[in-house]
Amino acid sequence: MNGMNFEGMVKMACAAPIWTVEAEGASWRKMAQACSDQGGRLVSIWGSEAGKGVSVFAACVFSEGMLILRCSAADGKFESLADIFPCAARMQRAVHDMLGVRCGEEGERPWLSHGLWPPFPLRKSYDPSADFVCEEESYRFVSVEGEGVHEIAVGPVHAGIIEPGHFRFQVVGEKVLRLEERLGYKHKGIEKAFEGLTPREGAKLAARISGDSTVAYSWAYAMALEALCGVTVSTRASLLRGILLERERIANHLADLGALGNDAGFSFGLAQFSVIREDMLRTSKAHFGHRLLMDIIVPGGVSVDIDAKAGEAIFAECAAVREKVLVLREIYADHTGLQDRFLATGKVESGLAARLGLTGLAGRASRNVSDLREDHPYAPYDRLGVSMATHHGGDVAARVSVRFDEILESLRLIRAMLEMMPEGETAGEIPECSGFGAGWVEGFRGEVLVTLEVEKGVIRRAHAHDPSWQNWPVLEFAVIGNIVADFPLINKSFNLSYSGHDL
Amino acid sequence: MYRILREILRNGIKTERELPPDASLRVSMPQCGEAPTALGNALAIRHVDAGSCNGCELEIHALNNPYYRLEGLGMGFVASPRHADMLLVTGPVSKHMEAALRRTYDAMPEPRLVAAIGDCGKNGGAFCRRKNYACKGGVSSVIPVDVEVPGCPPEPAAILQGILSAIRT
Repeated sequence: MNGMNFEGMVKMACAAPIWTVEAEGASWRKMAQACSDQGGRLVSIWGSEAGKGVSVFAACVFSEGMLILRCSAADGKFESLADIFPCAARMQRAVHDMLGVRCGEEGERPWLSHGLWPPFPLRKSYDPSADFVCEEESYRFVSVEGEGVHEIAVGPVHAGIIEPGHFRFQVVGEKVLRLEERLGYKHKGIEKAFEGLTPREGAKLAARISGDSTVAYSWAYAMALEALCGVTVSTRASLLRGILLERERIANHLADLGALGNDAGFSFGLAQFSVIREDMLRTSKAHFGHRLLMDIIVPGGVSVDIDAKAGEAIFAECAAVREKVLVLREIYADHTGLQDRFLATGKVESGLAARLGLTGLAGRASRNVSDLREDHPYAPYDRLGVSMATHHGGDVAARVSVRFDEILESLRLIRAMLEMMPEGETAGEIPECSGFGAGWVEGFRGEVLVTLEVEKGVIRRAHAHDPSWQNWPVLEFAVIGNIVADFPLINKSFNLSYSGHDL
Repeated sequence: MYRILREILRNGIKTERELPPDASLRVSMPQCGEAPTALGNALAIRHVDAGSCNGCELEIHALNNPYYRLEGLGMGFVASPRHADMLLVTGPVSKHMEAALRRTYDAMPEPRLVAAIGDCGKNGGAFCRRKNYACKGGVSSVIPVDVEVPGCPPEPAAILQGILSAIRT
């Protein structure tokens, strides 16, 4: 297996290629390093309180798929992976916020916790009414000193219809010297809320981790549960899942392309793209029953089937959307004012992108190429030959270009999936079961991971990971040297989730 | 320029008629007297996301598209609470957003209206089925609310109807 064969690796009965391994002592860092040496990446770090103390998990990607390492943090400590994968730093701080196990000094600096609820909510013995010291105002930002340097504090409430978060800029004139993010404002205890639910009830919550990625999360959640119970879904159901995921990708990309035009002063773009998006959402409502496709993917399959007429309508819509998008792409490409704002703005060089683990769409626009649908295609993507969209530019223009390419590819995929759709059942039973499962899906923003621990038909622990964890820190680098006024444009070009990150 | 004009013409006018106000969306008696009605539809709206999943934001964004064309009704989103007549709030009010929500409300001039959007804005929705350590659960537990628009997320037409119900019922 390409130099990666650790003792005790167990392959999960999952649609996606995922292995688990016990990684006690030195092997924790050794295995993570081995993944990194292969050009692999870190997807997520999280903790869980098992019977005799807290365990910490790390999901790494290597050439064959995902390897989930587990180590015990019974003494309240675990080894940091931040020197191997820089994106680990914030996740490790979040592990401390949630469970009180830490690695090093930095591990105690809060990240998700703002000190407004008692510490360590994911401990089984957690008492939400316990006394605690409120530390809200003590968070320390790094400041820059020197002549002419000033600070701009933005948020958590922003000037538009956006999610809340705080940005602290250090600026000279109009130029950004440094940006520091403070997130966690949307933390709403999702992972704790999963505990004690039945897997069916949990599916509703999973669909609401990040509304723009509801299909991706629902699929990852269903996949985790199906892996745990040893259930496989029908071909028809998996093709429908693929169609739903690609429709979600297209709808989000359309919104982003419109908003990016608008942020650069080209409101025509917003009007045009938002009409195409609205038309697609209405088609989704007509044939799947929900504009954003919430709760359509359920454990065991999908909750809505489509008839031949609906299939034809969705097929025809693909051709219409394609035609309109091609025209708008030309208009965008030829518009000098727009290109002037897009080109060389918010640039992330491919070397930096690789070092920091920039992932998903933004990663592909900085030549950091990975796309689950091509790298590790599972049903239905195994029969589709997905062609990943990439760009070398690393700037806003590159992220715009990748979005255009991905819309066109997703339209092709939807039509291909409709053409190969067999008759068959679309829903399956989920037996009561116990165990550990994981689901891994390429959402519109990047790879989404959901892991589940279930005991006798009740959720003990659920963890959800959004690719925004990887990309938020990179945004801090992307804005350096740009003017403050370009921040909204750069931020939009990444379009990161606050809800999916803050949980 | 020719292509831009051609696309505008090809789309034509998409705007649809808005739903009539619905008094049942109102949760409290009008606190602002006649003022909002006297303003007609000239309503300045400030949005605050108090911990939503961002689904409601997607549908609020849609209000600005040519189908719902909020600005055509004389309404618009403003960047500062100091300019706002109405606060449009989403989410189960995470404890981390409670202070920011209160401060935004306090910064608004009177008379002021509050619309709580979605099941979360109403009662905490999917996140508050049971007691949740991180959420207040519903906008009305933090600031006075005039109208509530249920749905997960409510569709744009319903959100618009909720806004109109706050000023016309």
